[in-house]
Amino acid sequence: MKKLITAGSASIAFPDPVFIKSAASIVGSKEGEGPLGDVFDMISEDPMFGCDTWEAAESAIQKEAASLAVGKAGLQPRDIRMLFAGDLLAQSMASSFGVGEMGIPFYGLYGACSTMGEALSLGAMAITAGGGEHVLCVTSSHFASAEKEFRFPLGYAGQRPLSSTWTVTGGGACVLGCTPPGPEIPGCSAPLREGRGCAAITGITTGRIVDYGLKDSLNMGGCMAPAACDTIYQNLTDFGRSPSDYDAVITGDLGAVGKRILLDLLAEKGLDISGIHEDCGLLIFTNSTQDTHSGGSGCGCSATVLAGYLLPKVVSGKWKRILFVPTGALLSKVSFNEGESVPGIAHGVVIEHVEVQ
Amino acid sequence: MATEAQLEKQKQYEKYVKEITPTHSLALNMFRAFLVGGAFCTLGQVILNFAGRQGLDKQAAGNWCSLILILLSVILTGLNLYPKIGKFGGAGALVPITGFANSVAASAIEFRAEGQIFGIGCKIFTIAGPVILYGILSSWVLGLLYYILKAVGVTG
Repeated sequence: MKKLITAGSASIAFPDPVFIKSAASIVGSKEGEGPLGDVFDMISEDPMFGCDTWEAAESAIQKEAASLAVGKAGLQPRDIRMLFAGDLLAQSMASSFGVGEMGIPFYGLYGACSTMGEALSLGAMAITAGGGEHVLCVTSSHFASAEKEFRFPLGYAGQRPLSSTWTVTGGGACVLGCTPPGPEIPGCSAPLREGRGCAAITGITTGRIVDYGLKDSLNMGGCMAPAACDTIYQNLTDFGRSPSDYDAVITGDLGAVGKRILLDLLAEKGLDISGIHEDCGLLIFTNSTQDTHSGGSGCGCSATVLAGYLLPKVVSGKWKRILFVPTGALLSKVSFNEGESVPGIAHGVVIEHVEVQ
Repeated sequence: MATEAQLEKQKQYEKYVKEITPTHSLALNMFRAFLVGGAFCTLGQVILNFAGRQGLDKQAAGNWCSLILILLSVILTGLNLYPKIGKFGGAGALVPITGFANSVAASAIEFRAEGQIFGIGCKIFTIAGPVILYGILSSWVLGLLYYILKAVGVTG
């Protein structure tokens, strides 16, 4: 009988920490003008990223982010055993065309905007199972390709409701490994390490599909907040923790509307995380001045905020343990037209500050 | 299938979400729509009057008016200015003929990357298509109604 490493009914507690060896983030100009503008690795002024189509632009972002993360870890693509990647486009096309030519064994994912959580979960499981020394987790989104995929042509003169979110143009990538990242070698590598401090995944809580029947695809915060609530509650239950055991609980892209709902739903369960809750969608934009309504969204939202802002805080030891909960709205154009509701999902990833020798 | 209790819970959640979700101010939106829609109509009237003074009959002046407004909207869409007018003016930018032209031009621009046939050809009326289809259908129904009323002598 294989020894189980499960915790509670939906979580896994990894016996050995899975190190996040490096992280990279690339964003567009609007994200660069936001409050986190200084933390990203690269900001492109050209929304087409030198390509001819929005889809190719998103692929370019994803490929650049992936290459950058591999390089920062001081590795070559051939050193990566598996690649978990996904995006918002139909059939995850940005990933297939973006990271395909890196030649890394590839698993394509679809978790809507929760994809980074899904990729990190599967990557950490693959490492723990002994499936490889290094795996790469990548995801991206692009405002224009998402609008085209899910909503209207960009030039269409519509009015967006205040509950709507703004898809982040950006890509984030993380290299996971079973050994801690080595010290930085200037000019050769820039791993995720500060002195002896590193960031490692120590547990995950796999999200369930939660559907409260909401059909408004322009209020995705409202559609996803119940899923975030479910996953956070499940995580605390499975690991026997209380909110005070975390320095921060960071959701993906609930936005202002979703944040309010999440805090209300958790309060119904007797949990108060208002002091430690952050939302990547609220961190990346200043809603009042950037006209982003409820906040940022998209796979790239949580991925770039994780790589550029959250992980460095864990590495420096400012945060000892965080719960990263990217949220996704699992709708398609067809399901929306056919009058279906918008189910939500949220994957929980426990990331801890680890001191190594 | 969702049970009765689940449906009730869904309804409650929907109501709660609606309560806490901010919305655009209706009065402000109506005022802006009035301004923008009114501006387009005034411009149309200016074109009509001007064309009339050039000696065109009502029909020809109307055609020139539509043509110029459509051209203006398509150019503004191409310059990415019409979406800004739409964001400000809402239905005021959407309802006049300029809004229709915008929806066609925006689709053509967006889908040109997918080719002349499957891109522009198939998708140019993605937004305007329903308006065309149901516009034709409703004029057929009205025509039929007019025919019947005429046959029974209600109208002349």
